[in-house]
Amino acid sequence: MLRRDWRAGELNVLALALVIAISGMTTVGFFADRVEMALSRESNQLLGADLLVISSHPVPEQYAHEAARLGLSVSTVTKFPSMISSGEDNLLAEIKAVTEGYPLRGRVDLAGKPSQAHELQSETQALSRIPQPGTIWVDEKLLTRLDLKPGDQVDVGAMQLTVTELIMREPDHSVGFINMGPRVMINAIDLPETGLIQQGSRISYNLMIAGDVNQVQQFRDWAEPQLSKAERIEGIRDARPEIRAALERAEKFLSLAALASVVLAAAAIALAVRRFTQRHLDGCAVMRSLGASQQQLFYLYLYYFIALGLIASCTGCLIGFASQEILAHWLTGLVETALPWPSWLPAIQGMLVGLVLLLGFALPPILNLRSVPALRVLRRDIGLSNAHSLTGYLLGLTALSLLFIWKAEDLKLGLYIVAGFISAIAIFGCLGWLLIKGLAGLRHQAGGAWRYGLASIHRRAVSSVLQAVSLGLGLMALLVLTLIQDDLIEDWHASLPPDAPNHFLVNIQSDQLDALEEFFQQHAMEQPPLFPMVRGRLIKINGKPVSAEDYADDPHAARHIRREFNLSWADQLALDNQVVQGNWWDERTTESVISFEKGIAKTLGLKLGDELTYDIGGSHFSAKISNLREVNWDNFRVNFFVVAPPGLLENYPVSYITSFYVPPSGSAMIHALVREFPNILVVDVAVVINQVQQMIQQVSRAIEFVFLFTLLAGFAVLYAAIAATQDERIHEAAIFRALGAKREQLSRAWAAEFAILGGLSGLFAAAGASVLGYVIGHHVLHLDYTFNAWIWLIGFVAGMIGVLVAGLLGTRSALSTPPLLTLRKIG
Amino acid sequence: MLDNLVKQPMLWTSALTKQVNTGDKQLTILQHIDLQVNAGEAVAIIGASGSGKSTLLGLLAGLDLPTSGKVHLDNIDIFTLDEDSRAALRGKVLGFVFQSFQLLPALTALENVMLPLELTAVSNAEATACRLLDRVGLAMRLHHYPKQLSGGEQQRVAIARAFATNPKLLLADEPTGNLDSATGVQIIELMFELNREHGTTLVLVTHDEALSQRCSRQIRLADGKLVQ
Repeated sequence: MLRRDWRAGELNVLALALVIAISGMTTVGFFADRVEMALSRESNQLLGADLLVISSHPVPEQYAHEAARLGLSVSTVTKFPSMISSGEDNLLAEIKAVTEGYPLRGRVDLAGKPSQAHELQSETQALSRIPQPGTIWVDEKLLTRLDLKPGDQVDVGAMQLTVTELIMREPDHSVGFINMGPRVMINAIDLPETGLIQQGSRISYNLMIAGDVNQVQQFRDWAEPQLSKAERIEGIRDARPEIRAALERAEKFLSLAALASVVLAAAAIALAVRRFTQRHLDGCAVMRSLGASQQQLFYLYLYYFIALGLIASCTGCLIGFASQEILAHWLTGLVETALPWPSWLPAIQGMLVGLVLLLGFALPPILNLRSVPALRVLRRDIGLSNAHSLTGYLLGLTALSLLFIWKAEDLKLGLYIVAGFISAIAIFGCLGWLLIKGLAGLRHQAGGAWRYGLASIHRRAVSSVLQAVSLGLGLMALLVLTLIQDDLIEDWHASLPPDAPNHFLVNIQSDQLDALEEFFQQHAMEQPPLFPMVRGRLIKINGKPVSAEDYADDPHAARHIRREFNLSWADQLALDNQVVQGNWWDERTTESVISFEKGIAKTLGLKLGDELTYDIGGSHFSAKISNLREVNWDNFRVNFFVVAPPGLLENYPVSYITSFYVPPSGSAMIHALVREFPNILVVDVAVVINQVQQMIQQVSRAIEFVFLFTLLAGFAVLYAAIAATQDERIHEAAIFRALGAKREQLSRAWAAEFAILGGLSGLFAAAGASVLGYVIGHHVLHLDYTFNAWIWLIGFVAGMIGVLVAGLLGTRSALSTPPLLTLRKIG
Repeated sequence: MLDNLVKQPMLWTSALTKQVNTGDKQLTILQHIDLQVNAGEAVAIIGASGSGKSTLLGLLAGLDLPTSGKVHLDNIDIFTLDEDSRAALRGKVLGFVFQSFQLLPALTALENVMLPLELTAVSNAEATACRLLDRVGLAMRLHHYPKQLSGGEQQRVAIARAFATNPKLLLADEPTGNLDSATGVQIIELMFELNREHGTTLVLVTHDEALSQRCSRQIRLADGKLVQ
């Protein structure tokens, strides 16, 4: 029967809608998957690897063995502070002893030999990138302070090494804010000879791991339970909250695009299934009159749809795969990243979405089909009961919601979107119904074309509402994706402008504030805002002593207990912070309260009202948590986990921190600053900022391409919507023509109908997109969303023109079919 | 004077032929049909199922194109006109009654009758339509949709619609084919009454011999050819 229907062209609309929807969705899925992987791989360059095993004793052999077993590349880095001497001069520097292969991700840039941006990392290049035994690579700070030049000898422990290269930038340089002194790099082979590795030395042993995403994850899953207290595992997301926040946001953007195409797919399928059932009424009635049982009909159609679903989904996935491949090739010319091979997940998702949507939306009409009265054989005007329609759409929607939540890979995002779409459907449906009923009353006042347009919409009220809602949803998805996403990306860009702070100054003393201000004036720079900072260790929670051992099963939490917290004070909430629980204090408060960052509160299991005691240089400071804050970590402004009201911390030893933008040409100013204020730590985060800015660029570009495919899915909806009433229209056209209507009169009547339908959908879409954009921006992506008034005009006009043009194109054949053919077929 | 008018042909065809391609071979549905229907005449086209009656009626109305031959309607060679002009001519000159009523489901009874009047921009469309629906006994059902009407009532609406533009020629295709015999008789009575009242020329396609006898002349079709 499937074959027969295919031959007869009965399946065109449904199959086409399915194939377009699934190929659109899988294209987006595959592509987003690859971009996501590329983004995280690029970010991993900041770590020098995909994963680090960090330990205070030599990393046990088993980790490297397991990594090798999984086919991962490994390399080790040993870091420790030591004095470097050149003649009479000594300087404390961080020594980094590396083995072959370092770095596994990213490149080491040496002065005078900038690496090629497009250069691919190969085994041999990686080998050539570490110092030869007997040599040492130094950074600029060491070079200037010890007044060295290439070829000079320096003493490192018991060994004399020759300076051969000047390191401009190492990939893992900016990870971690500790040890911001000069850095040098030596070959690990020389390490024993330096005699610096001794019992009790402060050494950080790092095992670097890189390779296939799944294998790396497998390694992580294997390694985490093995870790001793002295060992920990870090990926880029653990190491840098800014990158984590940016990556997560990028992923959300991309999954948003993929979700939009699922909505479009669903709308197209729902519409196409409706037409399919209408067309199969007769066949069912005949089968019923010939003695087919309801059960037989049900199974017949069930198998039919499963077969159709499988075939269409496979075709869709294949097309999706092919087109994303083309897309990726095209795009790799534009971005500097070679996109990794996609995972199979999008294909599986595509297949499932196809089947679930088809069955979700098709089962109820099948239930209706099997109960077609056999009497229809005699009286064609006996149609279907709509008994199962409502349950049908509910079932379809439930299926769709589950898919969403699964596909969003984020319960919150999924739920927001599902709730948004379901309320949109309900509200659009009701409004549409009321409007259509209301407009119908106007038709007696309206003349000619408008009267027939209105009459048509009114008579097909259920269809019309369904069409308006589906088109509205489709258009809403497109609007969210284009305008709102544009706005959101713009906001994201705005949150990290080109002049975002890329240097931090840490450890500024109170008596240096005036000198620093003068320094900034001398260099014609505006003095950046200074934030007071007090360092303290958390020792008690609600009066109960707390130690790292209490968090034995959460190394992340344990680290926070071991480390010192930076406490600050402020009377106003920072602009990029948001209180999510409790209240910010009154300016005049004298209570001993603090504001805590939400994420870290969760890690440590803290809640509002908990009293924390800090040890600040031997004195104790206690305060209650009066509010929890959400902090935007990816805008690189100075932020603190703990903030107190003014007046509580001023008497403790305080230092200041600030951040500001230094243009690439400003390195002389930084050198001057380092010379003038030797105690101040200068932290250069330009690389990280570049990384995030690049990520934003790439995501924006990727989304533009992905949009093309969503647009295609949008056309599928439009096509399905127009095709849904095609048969009726052909009939209508025949009667009009027989009664003497000119083509123009008929197309005017239809144009009126399409314009009303399109305008209505456009308004629905604009309303939905505005609300959804606000909700997504505010609650999911944590960006300020500004309402875009244009969206109403664009929605209305785009809906009207889109549906009008597609409708008139789609009904062209109905206009040119000789009336006699149609009338005889119907009669 | 009146006789002259009556004798004038309302409709004539010459060598009207219709063939269709059915894959590998050509099927001739109508072959060299020459017929003439004078103004005021009532002519029945009869023949067995598949003899080409409905195709002929469609061609007479210009609803389809012939393979060859001509149709002159109200002294106009209709196949020299484009489809739109033919539609305009139909709107002015022709009325239709179909076997399956062919009402527009989106429109009420009144709107269905008003449709041809509005298409030809006649003023007072609503009053005319009301009057006609009253004449066919449906004054109480003006605002009902086709779905809410019985078969007989739907055909009455179709008849009212056919006479709405006061056509010169009424084409009826098995008007009782979808009705029970009692209703069919009423419908035929109504149609002939209105035909007389409006002085319309009638071409009626039927396979019902008894019905054909109510017309002044019978034309018999067999295998696409005129047999008398």
